[in-house]
Amino acid sequence: MSTSHPRQEAGHATAAEEDAVGYSAGRETTEGTVYTVTGGDWDEIAEAAAKSDDERIIVNMGPQHPSTHGVLRLILEIDGETVTEARCGIGYLHTGIEKNLEYRTWTQGTTFVTRMDYLTPFYNEAAYCLGVEKLLGIEDQVPDRASVIRVLLMELNRLSSHLVAIATGGMELGATTIMIYGFRDREVVLDLFELITGLRMNHAFIRPGGLAQDLPAGALDQVREGVKTLRKNIDEYDKLATGNPLFQGRMKGIGYLDLAGCMSLGITGPVLRSTGLPHDLRKTDPYCGYETYDFEVPTADTCDSYGRFLIRLAEMRESLKIVEQCLDRLREPGEVMVSDKKIAWPAQLALGPDGLGNSLDHIKKIMGTSMESLIHHFKLVTEGFRVPPGQAYAAVESPKGELGAHVVSDGTTRPYRVHFRDPSFTNLQAVAAMCEGGQVADVIVAVASIDPVMGGVDR
Amino acid sequence: MSDTHQDPEEPREESALPAARREGGDVIGVRRGMFGAQDTGDTSGYGGLVRTVSLPGPASRPYGGPTSREGYGVFDEIADELEGALDEQGLLPANAIDRTVVDRGELTFHIEREHLLRVARTLRDDPALRFELCTGVSAVHYPEDKGRELHAVYHLRSITHNRLIRLEVSAPDADPHIPSLVPVYPTNDWHEREAYDFFGLIFDGHPALTRLMMPDDWQGHPQRKDYPLGGIAVEYKGAQIPAPDQRRSYS
Repeated sequence: MSTSHPRQEAGHATAAEEDAVGYSAGRETTEGTVYTVTGGDWDEIAEAAAKSDDERIIVNMGPQHPSTHGVLRLILEIDGETVTEARCGIGYLHTGIEKNLEYRTWTQGTTFVTRMDYLTPFYNEAAYCLGVEKLLGIEDQVPDRASVIRVLLMELNRLSSHLVAIATGGMELGATTIMIYGFRDREVVLDLFELITGLRMNHAFIRPGGLAQDLPAGALDQVREGVKTLRKNIDEYDKLATGNPLFQGRMKGIGYLDLAGCMSLGITGPVLRSTGLPHDLRKTDPYCGYETYDFEVPTADTCDSYGRFLIRLAEMRESLKIVEQCLDRLREPGEVMVSDKKIAWPAQLALGPDGLGNSLDHIKKIMGTSMESLIHHFKLVTEGFRVPPGQAYAAVESPKGELGAHVVSDGTTRPYRVHFRDPSFTNLQAVAAMCEGGQVADVIVAVASIDPVMGGVDR
Repeated sequence: MSDTHQDPEEPREESALPAARREGGDVIGVRRGMFGAQDTGDTSGYGGLVRTVSLPGPASRPYGGPTSREGYGVFDEIADELEGALDEQGLLPANAIDRTVVDRGELTFHIEREHLLRVARTLRDDPALRFELCTGVSAVHYPEDKGRELHAVYHLRSITHNRLIRLEVSAPDADPHIPSLVPVYPTNDWHEREAYDFFGLIFDGHPALTRLMMPDDWQGHPQRKDYPLGGIAVEYKGAQIPAPDQRRSYS
């Protein structure tokens, strides 16, 4: 972290001052004195700052600061304890996923997009796959069971994402108990993911046309157990935080953004719903059969961080309700991939002696008995399927807001262009509106209430 | 494979004309041969096959709606309101709206870039339209779409009426200027900076059009089609696997 005094004369720091500030002695630059602080020596910096006649300091918070949710760089202009200007520096986690997608097949795309917002992998996959399915014109052919499992995974994912939002938000306030609780409960969800997909993150489980494979045996019972545990544990956040005067004192009225601000800045998700507008794509523009589930859209009318916290808690309860409805629907077996053999991935995964791979039955069949299946497998896996030219936009309600995928095809086996409208990216623009005029300490609370994930912001 | 075949009626000389309104959609490429692979000889006898690839062309009335494909629907309502509102402002709708495309249950207005700001303001403010939420801009680079290489695509959502439409604006590579929508939709601030960073689209009127993701001194615009991926070959168990952009691709 470095701070600088603008307008300070070069060579201003005297020898005495240098002694006072010790090892964090300032460096003179054309932009003023620059101090590099690594923690623990703030007193000396404050002392040195007090000696200068200028109260205005620019603090670069991040990109390596623990309370900025990853590699977010906050550029704060501070006058005393008041933030007069706040800007974000992003791009530190840009990985070129959109460009890379253009060099892989449509199916391989899920492996990339799942890594964007790494806390909501299933939403990234779902938005991308819904877009590809729209381009292919096979939305109606996706089997019901696949849609129900998608909903199940997405809602479990909403729980794990909100748990991290609450946990890290609490940790940044110094409430480490909330952090421990949040990560404890997220572990329950991640164990379910591991059971179903084999992985805790970066699943690439939702594929164009359906799913990579069906639920394993016993998954329904385990999910039901997990739901029971989570239902019990979520009440603990209420007991711990909701009524806690210290917690309320830090959260209420902080990060204020009203409906007009949200609309003009394009803010969606819990931040928008904290202004009282029950806008949720699962209700207004349903996908994956959300219109057939019974759930509420929680709102608050406080427009502040505390309202967003309450919304996240309430949404987790609603998600558990949806998960239970999914479990009831999954009793009957069924297909999880479209029947069109020109699109459906030919192999299923199975656990072999050296880990997860193509099922041995499938390999036995294509290698031993059917030359045609072998050719078919080879063509579909190495070449991929063609998607008719055109463009489509598919949006899902991720835990952070509207996650949209603009998918363009030129008729080949690879995406021509895929653009993601990531809610974290858009919502992060609200930092200036939320933080300017407030205290430095409240910046942390406001940013935590937006819940940005830099993997999604930078893509 | 589920390949779409080009309409044989499509006149191919179209691509030689200057960027003007066309009967079909934008021609974005020409495919040769049967199997789509470029790096091996085609012995099938169909190596001389030539097909043009174009995006879906303009739709004719009635446009229908997202669910009902037939007859008068929500899309007609939106188009009527927009055309009426532009007419009221003394702007001939045909001058502002290049064409209207209905494809896969989505409505797209191709807008002439000089009228983009006016159209967007109308879409936002007219009570019958009321598209309050812009979900940002997504740029697409079509090097083969001569005279209209760079496209900027906006998705607008109306929360009042629960509708979604798409605006598409194009600019040639030689003059990559599009008016900024930040005065109408401030949310486009970062989105336009991102599109500038990755595609070199210059949004006139943007308050601070600087790079967003790439370093400030970066050369070039990485997501343009003429910008190489720059992958490196991978060695796996002694074998060299070429970089992703060097591997065999199928068109």
